[in-house]
Amino acid sequence: MTNLFKGAAGVSMAALLGTTPASAVEIEYWQYFFEARVTAMEQLIENFEDANPDITVKMNHFPYADYRTKVAAAIPAGEGPDVVQLFYGWLNDYVDAELIQPLPDDLFPAAQIEEEFFPMVSAMKQDGRYWALPTAVRSLALFYNERLFDDAGIENPPQTLEELVATAEKLTKKDGAGNLTQVGLTTGMTAQDHHWWREVLLRQFGGTPYSDDNRTVTYNDEAGQEALQWYVDLEQTHGVTESTFMDEPQAAFKAGRAGMHIDGSFRIGALNDTRGLKWGVAELPAGPNGDRYNYASYWVNAITSKAEGEKYDAAVKFMAYITSDEAMQIWLETVGELPAKPSAALTDENTGDAVYGPFIKGLEYANTTVFVNESAQRQAMTDMVSRIELQGQSVAESLAQAAEEEQKILDEYYSE
Amino acid sequence: MNFYSNLNIGQKRVLWAWGFLAVPIIFYTVVRFYPTANAILLSFQEWNLLGDRTWAGLENYATLASDPVFWKVFKNTFLYLILGTPISLIVAFTVAYHLDKVRFMHGTIRALYFLPFMTSAVAMAWVWRWFYQPVPIGLFNNFLATFGIPQIAFLNSTTNALPAILAPAVWAGLGFQIIIFMAGLRAIPATYYEAARIDGVSRWTVLFEITIPLLKPTIVFLVVFSSIGFLRIFDQVFNMTTNNPGGPLNSTKPLVLMIYDTAFNGYDMGYAAAQTVVLFTILLLVSLLQLYLLRDR
Repeated sequence: MTNLFKGAAGVSMAALLGTTPASAVEIEYWQYFFEARVTAMEQLIENFEDANPDITVKMNHFPYADYRTKVAAAIPAGEGPDVVQLFYGWLNDYVDAELIQPLPDDLFPAAQIEEEFFPMVSAMKQDGRYWALPTAVRSLALFYNERLFDDAGIENPPQTLEELVATAEKLTKKDGAGNLTQVGLTTGMTAQDHHWWREVLLRQFGGTPYSDDNRTVTYNDEAGQEALQWYVDLEQTHGVTESTFMDEPQAAFKAGRAGMHIDGSFRIGALNDTRGLKWGVAELPAGPNGDRYNYASYWVNAITSKAEGEKYDAAVKFMAYITSDEAMQIWLETVGELPAKPSAALTDENTGDAVYGPFIKGLEYANTTVFVNESAQRQAMTDMVSRIELQGQSVAESLAQAAEEEQKILDEYYSE
Repeated sequence: MNFYSNLNIGQKRVLWAWGFLAVPIIFYTVVRFYPTANAILLSFQEWNLLGDRTWAGLENYATLASDPVFWKVFKNTFLYLILGTPISLIVAFTVAYHLDKVRFMHGTIRALYFLPFMTSAVAMAWVWRWFYQPVPIGLFNNFLATFGIPQIAFLNSTTNALPAILAPAVWAGLGFQIIIFMAGLRAIPATYYEAARIDGVSRWTVLFEITIPLLKPTIVFLVVFSSIGFLRIFDQVFNMTTNNPGGPLNSTKPLVLMIYDTAFNGYDMGYAAAQTVVLFTILLLVSLLQLYLLRDR
């Protein structure tokens, strides 16, 4: 409130005297259009301008489909943003094309970032320096339908993979001919399951998806086979799911035809808007050894190579604000995405929240895949399961083929 | 002004003619020829939309030739063509031939056939996608299940998915082809039929000796037109398989979808341009070949 007052006073003083602050500087911020994100950013910009009356931030947003092209065309022409939002998976491309510059060491020391942020932001580090930082992150959790749980007499969501199967069995319904009419758990590599398999199940069975430098696929081993076998068994042995059931996993869950559903925190909004659906959230089930893992992804903010001199200083200040605890809390409340720092995320209020809590706890043990081409890498996972289900290929063979295909994608990218 | 008034009428005519022609020429140069030339150039380069375009020589084409997905997609594209074009033409001709003889509610029936052609391909694809779903939501499978018949995996099958996607595409184009066929049928002079009736030849002879030969210009037009349509199929496939575009296991992926995926998911613009050049060449060859085979001797 005091900030707001000061800002308002400053503006009216300037108007009275017919002057503007001597060092007035305007910077531009770009993001893709998603209503809640724009609203949240408007709020952040207002707060920032109140605290820094000499800086104005102009926000521009574009439809997602045009976003990458616009950024690429504008920055080299000196027309684009000073601070830009990008998907974490695009970092390499942006760095290679010299569209962004590293964050200044003095204000964003690597050691401090590593201490303050959740460990997955290390994907934004190259050559010992950080190039970008998120305001918010997304993780996975298990959504469950409370009504179906009550009907089946289940009291608590499953805590382990074993319980997950047992619970799913109780929730599955079939008609006289054996056709599924309600699934215990939704599945589909085309939705979030490729993250669940790669970063959660695989690790729980003792494997790792990639080598430390992210350039080699490492899941084609015994652990990989066990994790894949466990996953396809859900449909083939236990019969508690069907990957194409009701077209899309989230549709089945929204329609109340699925007992459990694994999805990201970004789904909260859509489920809140679904009338008549009573749902709860739990942490992802623990593995055979009790290990918990999760997957997190995020959009980051970076300073572009266009920002120089005064604008650079202003951009750095803006970066510092939008990665502050205060900004993260505003983002959580407006967009529903989780704070990127434990100090902002792990407050008693947030971890105790019935909906956000399980996602936030998941952040502590989450990994982030360094994708080079997310859709192609997901396709390799989708095809891996399709070959087993539709063509009867063995788990070992299909896994080996998927690993080979994905390795090719990585090789092509890193050889350039 | 002086220059203009010194011209004779013939020269003025030429000036005006070129003046009017300049508009479509400039338009075509800017929105057709320039992008086409640029795409051909891009197919020899590498570009991820962000950095500079770098020279790659024939690398994109070499990658294409050794890409198993490309050959699968190539085969699919021709499957759409060799199934789609004859089926749609035979069905459209049969309907048009009989509709031509129907007097009862002729206009209404014709409008009903034309309706799908006016419907947005996207909306139509989504409705058919819902028809094809397994129990409990799919219309067809629910119907089968009611009678105790096992479900059919329409879209989630490597063999059924392509025909399942082709069916609504054929159905949607039918209205247009029927209208053109009917116009062609009406254009055949009635005197031929009268002569045939006097000679007392069979209905089949009339069909094969008079109707079909005289429909040749109509058939040529429709074959070329629908072939290009099936070679460029995209909307139906993309919208019916958005979860797993062109799947399962690339069994429904046509060339245009592969181009889209390479360009806007993989950001590999050079490779996508190479695929576009291949598609352009195929379209050109198929059209020229058909025009040659069906030309008037």
